[in-house]
Amino acid sequence: MSVEAAKLIGAGLAVIGLAGVGVGIGNVFAAFINSVARNPSAQGTVFPFTMLGFALVEAIALFALLIAFLILFR
Amino acid sequence: MASPLQQFEIKTIASAHVGGVDVSFTNASLFMIVAIAAITAFLLLGVRKRALVPGRMQSLAELSYEFIAGLVRDNVGHAGRPYFPFIFTLFMFILFANTIGLIPFTFTVTSHIIVTFALALVVFIGVTIVGIAKHGTKWFSYFFPPGAPIYMAPLLVPIEILSYLARPVTLALRLFANMMAGHTMLKVFAGFVVAMGLLGVAPLAILIALYMLELIVAVLQAFVFTILTCLYLHDALHLH
Repeated sequence: MSVEAAKLIGAGLAVIGLAGVGVGIGNVFAAFINSVARNPSAQGTVFPFTMLGFALVEAIALFALLIAFLILFR
Repeated sequence: MASPLQQFEIKTIASAHVGGVDVSFTNASLFMIVAIAAITAFLLLGVRKRALVPGRMQSLAELSYEFIAGLVRDNVGHAGRPYFPFIFTLFMFILFANTIGLIPFTFTVTSHIIVTFALALVVFIGVTIVGIAKHGTKWFSYFFPPGAPIYMAPLLVPIEILSYLARPVTLALRLFANMMAGHTMLKVFAGFVVAMGLLGVAPLAILIALYMLELIVAVLQAFVFTILTCLYLHDALHLH
């Protein structure tokens, strides 16, 4: 197998981690919608924490993406 | 076609060496100065009139102040007041560095791990010093969660110490990875637009959507960095 092919396969493998992040972001917003549906007046207090959770989870996605980019373009 | 990582290249503008150390003025230093100048202009112009009923610029300046003041009040408590200037400076610097970097043909300072790691290390060392200065040797009880049975100590203490030491690394890596991956992704899609010719309208639409996402991420990551600093400071001041 050539190095070029191995690079492409490696980059593809690296982004498998995004599946978990999809579940994570889904969880964050599902919990947010649940809580707001139960108590609409809580939206203002819950939303910042939702955004914080979203950003923290998305950062994990970017770690995987970063590895893929580094494999592809270096 | 140029590599999508080419945008992160550091170019020397004015070369300088002091005692074998490279202290050249680069595009990174240039854009740090641009960010500082933009913040100074933003705040000075905002509060210049000192109107009782704020105008547009003054509203923005007051809004940013109020936002961070509220963040510190809610997350650190009253004891966090003395550290407000530092947290405000940190937030504004990261926010402006991120957003200025999104303007085409500029340089994103925060897309280099050395910059974000230096910021995170300042927070880490500062918070540790604050904790030790406030609590003395009692500060070390931070590494043992209260309420845990004592025979768990050999297991819990190394884990707590490790997670404490990992803080600057994760703090730096989060901001760096967001900026770097985001900008690389924009460049990759920009490459698709050029390569696909007329059909490039489709990736162009995605590119615009991604740009908006990056704008949100730029603000959000500045917020996340700040709120985590607040939480670490809270830990140092109140121990658990």
